[in-house]
Amino acid sequence: MKISPVLSSWLQIGPMALILVVFFGLPMLVVVVVSFFDFDHMSIVPAFILDNYDDLFSSDVTLRLYLSSIKFALIVWAITLLIGFTVAYFLVFHVQSLLIKIGLFLLCSVPFWTSNIIRMISWIPFLGRNGIFNQVLIATHVTSKPLEFLLFSDFAVIVAYVHLFTLFMVVPIFNAMARIDTRLIEAAKDAGASRYAVLREIVLPLSKSGIALGTIFVVTQVMGDFFVVKVMSGGQSASVVSALSNQIQELQYPPAAASAVILVIVVMLMVAGILRVVDVRKELAS
Amino acid sequence: MSDATSGGSGRTGLSRRTLLQGVAAGVGVAAGSGALTGFPTIWAQNIKDITLTHVGGSYAAIKEIGDQAKKDLGFSIEMQAVDPGTQLNRSLTQPKSIDINNLDSSEVVFLAGKGVLRPLKVSDYKLWDKTVSIFTTGKFPNGGPVPSEGISPMKGGFYTGPDGKKLASGPTEFLAMIPTLYNADTLGIRPDLVGGRDKIVSWKDLVSPAYKGKAALVDYAPVGIMDVAMALTAAGEMKYVDRGNMTRAEIDKTVKILIDLKKQGQFRAFWSNFDQSVNLMASGEVVIQSMWSPAVTAVRSRGIDCYFVPLNEGYRGWFVGLAPMAHLSGLRLDCAMEYLNWFNSGWQGAFIAKQGYYSPVLETTKKFLTPEEWDYWYEGKPAAVDIMDPYGHLMEKKGATRDGGSLWNRMGKVAVWNTVMDEDKYLTKKWNEFVSA
Repeated sequence: MKISPVLSSWLQIGPMALILVVFFGLPMLVVVVVSFFDFDHMSIVPAFILDNYDDLFSSDVTLRLYLSSIKFALIVWAITLLIGFTVAYFLVFHVQSLLIKIGLFLLCSVPFWTSNIIRMISWIPFLGRNGIFNQVLIATHVTSKPLEFLLFSDFAVIVAYVHLFTLFMVVPIFNAMARIDTRLIEAAKDAGASRYAVLREIVLPLSKSGIALGTIFVVTQVMGDFFVVKVMSGGQSASVVSALSNQIQELQYPPAAASAVILVIVVMLMVAGILRVVDVRKELAS
Repeated sequence: MSDATSGGSGRTGLSRRTLLQGVAAGVGVAAGSGALTGFPTIWAQNIKDITLTHVGGSYAAIKEIGDQAKKDLGFSIEMQAVDPGTQLNRSLTQPKSIDINNLDSSEVVFLAGKGVLRPLKVSDYKLWDKTVSIFTTGKFPNGGPVPSEGISPMKGGFYTGPDGKKLASGPTEFLAMIPTLYNADTLGIRPDLVGGRDKIVSWKDLVSPAYKGKAALVDYAPVGIMDVAMALTAAGEMKYVDRGNMTRAEIDKTVKILIDLKKQGQFRAFWSNFDQSVNLMASGEVVIQSMWSPAVTAVRSRGIDCYFVPLNEGYRGWFVGLAPMAHLSGLRLDCAMEYLNWFNSGWQGAFIAKQGYYSPVLETTKKFLTPEEWDYWYEGKPAAVDIMDPYGHLMEKKGATRDGGSLWNRMGKVAVWNTVMDEDKYLTKKWNEFVSA
């Protein structure tokens, strides 16, 4: 039986499209609709009002929350990129044996055998006022008083984010680097390029797709997080989603929905920006 | 047994089954009899096959209680411990996933009139006459009125009519829930790190510069704001008309002071669950904070001194109860009513007493506690023997005294109740401002 090319492409995109429509499109549509609803004590009232958006845009809390989330996203992105790129570079270009390469790569994923929450919470006894790190600092006379900023602070939030998300940077960059034709590098070296020049002219441009994908993973996760911020800052900091989750806790769905719609738009713009800088499709196709 | 239609004759059907149960017949637990109308109930059906889902907070929906109920009643209870947000959400969006709703006073306010809870008649609840007077008449045993700031048992316990559309402000014949548990909350402190149990005597210490960087607050607006209001009133920084129902202006001023305190570094953390509050205290990160009584116990059980300190300005009281869901009918409804009547018959009251909570029915609870336990938990006397928790672990050594003294010494000093304010929408908004500041 012959399938027409049109039907064939529909069949190919069909399953994915169906999943996207059912599990993303429809729920998102509901969120958008609810974001225009009115509400009172525990009940939401179908209506078309702009109050929820009005509240959102007229409150400087919104701006502060976004600035705080974007600040975290940028810092975490820079650190995970540096670590992720270095680790991937080491694995791909320094480790010669394929077996060791795979072994080390698996080692990177070991922390992921435990749950996210455990990995994050294990920082608390380590960084606390009477935690291991402070005890070591005091015992070695580096400080006389425990450092308070280590826990329940932005610092603690960033430590946990970096710990949680670095692998999301390592994997795509590793993947992109592994596809670089080593003959290119040898040719460059033969032509007299320094190691730095090789890195800048060959490795970096050819890892762009990996960096872009890793960036998307890290940035979207930080923007969508509330749990890490809440626990590691000891409730001192807030994120866009933590404010939203407070509203959900108290069943104020319409403003939470409005907030979610805006967040989706902001994150989509960020992803679009990343993809504009790096055309992942083109990079992957090449 | 043959099929029986229980329309209007719930009592008949019920006593038949109660006979089956071997429990005294005619206890009159029949569920709001009208509600049974038209549901043919197959009495022959073995109640063993019935499982009721009891949903509540982790402090109340305890598996052991369900197991004991099964032993005593013959049908099964599935206990599900959930957080308040989930509970409200399920109550409204999937009411059929719950049979027995274990609600705290603020949740009742949210759910009343939404048609998901079944109003109860006073006459259907056989232990009403034995219930402590703060729930039945709104008075303390000494005749004094129960304070009315916040959701008092009078504001959260009764409906105005049989339809359960509106909560009443005083006793009626229609119960929103049967009260099952209550307590008086205060601040938890680390006596070893503040210089002794008697060093902290007022709520104002929560905001005192002496504990800068070592205080914590619960990150839950309705309770957090009350703790702060107690502290600011004590410190003379704020005056409220009704701390249980603040005006916008009062919320604004309170949150402004809170933000200033936060910026000055008064608070080490804001906790959002039980474990966090335990760990903050046990690790010494925090020496004074909002706390629940079992969290104090949990810190103590690690061998670390923690004290639920009685304060000059009194306690923040709260209560919890059970309401059957509106979707129940027939045999399941009868079982639910039987369960409600069993609940305060002693075993449960004794179990939660050993966690530091009070039962609304003292007479039955006393029967299930040893005299030494009763004296320790309810009378505030020094423990004559080692005091065990409900699971048989050592809780307090012989000679220890419960913080706050006897039941009425504590409950009699309740100044405010946990609350839901008319301006709760606004409060959430301002609280988010505070958290993000």
